Amino acid sequence: MSYSSDSHLIDHLENKIGDALVDLAVTGDELVLEIHRDQVRFVLTFLRDDTKCQFTTLVDICGVDYPGRNARFDVVYHLLSMKKNARIRIKVKVEEGQSIASVVSIYPAANWFEREAFDMFGISFDDHPDMRRLLTDYGFSGHPLRKDFPLSGHVECRYDQEQKRVVYEPVSLSQEFRSFDNLSPWEGANYIRDEEAKGPDK
Amino acid sequence: MAEPITEKRKFTINFGPQHPAAHGVLRLVLDLDGEVVERVDPHVGLLHRGTEKLIEHKTYVQAMPYFDRLDYVAPMNQEHAFCLAVERLADIEVPRRAQFIRVLYSEIGRILSHLLNVTTQAMDVGALTPPLWGFEEREKLMVFYERACGSRLHAAYFRPGGVHQDLPQDLIDDIGAWCKTFPQVLKDIEGLLDNNRIFKQRNCQIGVVSEQDALDWGFSGVMVRGSGMAWDLRRAEPYEVYSELDFDVAVGVHGDCYDRYLVRMEEMRQSVHIIEQCIAKMPEGPIMETSGKVAPPKRQEMKQSMEALIHHFKLFTEGFHVPKGEIYAAVEAPKGEFGVYLISDGTNKPYRCKIKAPGFSHLQAMDFMAKGHMLADVSALIGSLDVVFGEIDR
Repeated sequence: MSYSSDSHLIDHLENKIGDALVDLAVTGDELVLEIHRDQVRFVLTFLRDDTKCQFTTLVDICGVDYPGRNARFDVVYHLLSMKKNARIRIKVKVEEGQSIASVVSIYPAANWFEREAFDMFGISFDDHPDMRRLLTDYGFSGHPLRKDFPLSGHVECRYDQEQKRVVYEPVSLSQEFRSFDNLSPWEGANYIRDEEAKGPDK
Repeated sequence: MAEPITEKRKFTINFGPQHPAAHGVLRLVLDLDGEVVERVDPHVGLLHRGTEKLIEHKTYVQAMPYFDRLDYVAPMNQEHAFCLAVERLADIEVPRRAQFIRVLYSEIGRILSHLLNVTTQAMDVGALTPPLWGFEEREKLMVFYERACGSRLHAAYFRPGGVHQDLPQDLIDDIGAWCKTFPQVLKDIEGLLDNNRIFKQRNCQIGVVSEQDALDWGFSGVMVRGSGMAWDLRRAEPYEVYSELDFDVAVGVHGDCYDRYLVRMEEMRQSVHIIEQCIAKMPEGPIMETSGKVAPPKRQEMKQSMEALIHHFKLFTEGFHVPKGEIYAAVEAPKGEFGVYLISDGTNKPYRCKIKAPGFSHLQAMDFMAKGHMLADVSALIGSLDVVFGEIDR
């Protein structure tokens, strides 16, 4: 059993930041917290500074898109404590159009991760010192990692001999993009199973 | 007589995207006061290929080769992280021989990466001979890659459940023989650099990272070890057979570019030691999970068995399913902690696959590290950060 799935730490967290928690779960060896959107800065500051936690390294921040859900995005923080050899994952639900507090002042490393999440998902972070796109092209529009963004994108660029510059044009594929759904209808897709579960049993 | 210059002029210059010391396609916008750097604004993303988006549209096995193209200097280490994530999520047991082969090739990858980094960093500060000597050894190592899986760079060798093909005995013998000769090459390179006055002047006390800085900026790998913290995932969270192997974690003292160079040199020596242990301890046995649910059956079996044929067909059309859930799996890649945050929705394709590249955190600290240094030190710093744009831009 690792330190982060240990009951001492879990009890400690529930005592100290219980109000901020939506959910606390241990899956496998991983400790996963889900917290309220307005408590991000409080919880991360606590996790960094508390002597029993000492999650001093921010490993990663990323967005996840669930288009079917009410709060469309998850912002996921991965923290690491080198002192305690422990990891923790913090999830926050964010609706489309809502913003979340930036944690750059707590972890300077959050800077680019938040820029990336903004770039890829369009999640905005309040009080971020330098909110620009990071990975996509200059002048890019759209948020590529959203599930409704097409894999082939919207524009393509080429060098135009007549205009003597790079021009952007709508994507034209000589063969239409084909996405094969090879899921087996018997054992594969979850949606089949869900329907079966709703069917004769109830 | 010329009038004295009173007005202070600041320069903003573009470094890259095509610059030999940028180690790829990095564009730095540098604000200079004379020759002193005041602000660095790295523009990344010039090599952005949308790997994470592409992975969402592929089955798990089809997604795996994208990992070779991240840090293309040590491809198998990246595959390793993805395979570990899939295996932990789907609860797949990897045979022992495959674990040893994976460790062996991960360490070859580490030497590949460190050799490239150490020697090209030396080139960035003016030494031409080290890359010539280092690249000869890299060539030999890439031949070992080729003999195992057929390609020198984009291996696609580690698969969820094991490795693709077994190693022939004469390849293992040749790797063993190489382990005997390589330490001498390392000594020769050290002879060129360790006490080289120019190399030391360009690297000592440059880009000093304190322990607190390393934590704040989310550093990992050599960047924290160079600052004196003995943090190594191979020790802290042992995966595969690392817990059975004997090796030392090299640690620096000053946290400057020179210490990071020393750490990398020592790590190469430890890697050779690990490779030798792997060769000595490697058992016989299967190299792939054998239930037929994850890995395709042997060709010979398919000629005989109907079930094997069905497995083969299903695996290469539908692919295997990974149970619903999420996991973060990290390995100690040569450049630091390389992690994969994998979310599965129970189907045959990943729902989301976030790739945590070590270089990403390291490069964003450029501004803080280069501030106050001379322009010429910027290239030494980039070399010492060990950035590769395949993994940063993804």
